[in-house]
Amino acid sequence: MHDDHPHSHGHRPDQDGPLSDYQLMEIAVRELLIEKRIVTADEVRRAVEAMDARSPALGARVVARAWTDAAFKARLLADGTAACEELGIEMAATKLVVVESTPAVHNLVVCTLCSCYPRMLLGLPPDWYKSRAYRARAVREPREALREFGTEIADDVTVRVHDSTADMRYLVLPLRPPDTDGWSEDRLAALVTRDSMIGVAVPSSV
Amino acid sequence: MSARFKPGDAVTVRRAYPPGHLRTPHYIRGRRGVIERICGSFANPEELAYGRDGLPARPLYRVRFAQRQVWPDYAGAAGDTVDIEIYEHWLEPA
Repeated sequence: MHDDHPHSHGHRPDQDGPLSDYQLMEIAVRELLIEKRIVTADEVRRAVEAMDARSPALGARVVARAWTDAAFKARLLADGTAACEELGIEMAATKLVVVESTPAVHNLVVCTLCSCYPRMLLGLPPDWYKSRAYRARAVREPREALREFGTEIADDVTVRVHDSTADMRYLVLPLRPPDTDGWSEDRLAALVTRDSMIGVAVPSSV
Repeated sequence: MSARFKPGDAVTVRRAYPPGHLRTPHYIRGRRGVIERICGSFANPEELAYGRDGLPARPLYRVRFAQRQVWPDYAGAAGDTVDIEIYEHWLEPA
C-alpha cells in the first residue's frame, strides 16, 4: 500500500477503537458546557493551547535563579508558589513545594495515585511518569528505578521520595553542577532538564 | 480548623479501607511516620469527589516515613525516606 513511502519509522496506530467511558463523559460535559454558554469552544481550545505552551523552560528559569540568588532560593524553599509568581510565572491554584537536593540528599518526585505534576512549571508530564511501573517503583525501589534512568545514587546519599498524593505539587531544586562558577543565569538554565526537576536525573555541565 | 499535630510529632496512619475516592495510598496505611510540615487546610477531597463542598477544610500534613519501616525488605540506605501528604482525619498520635 505504501510502496512509494520508503522510510520505515513506526507510525502511531490510528485510534479507531471505541471511546472509553471517561472519554465519552469528557465530550458530553464539554458539549453541555458549550451548549449552556458557560464556556465557548474557543475558550476550551485556548486553555489547551496555553497548557501545551508550558514547558520545562519555566522550571529551569526558577532553578537557575535559585542557583545564583541565595535570598531568592530561601524564599523559594519557604513558599514555592510566591517565589515563582515573583518571576512573573502564573501559578493559578498550584501550591508548590520545592525540595532541595544537596550532596547528602537526592530528591525524587512521583504521584503513586495518579499523575499529579507541577504542570504550571514543567508542562505536561512524560508518559513514563504516568506509568504504573514508575509510580510503583519510585516508592518501592527508587534506587533501582533511578539506575535505569542512568542515575546512580551513592549509598551515603539519602534518597528522599515525595509522593504527591493531595494538594501540593513538587519541584526538585537539583544540585548545581560543579565547574559552573560565574555562569550566567541563562547559561545555567540551559543545563536544567525536565528529568532533573523530577529527580530522575542530575544536571551536568558536560 | 486548627492543626492537631505539629512538625516533629510521631503519627500513625489509620489502617482503614473505606470505599470511595481517597488520597491516602494503601501502602502507607498502618505505618508510623513523623510530621514534616503543615501544608495548610484544604477542602476534603473525599467529599469534593462527589460534588459536595468538602467543608470544613481539613488540615493537610506532609508526613515523613523511613523506607525500611514502610517496606520491610527495602534494599536502599537506612536513611532513605518517603514523604506523603496525608489529611488529618487519617492520622492518630503514635
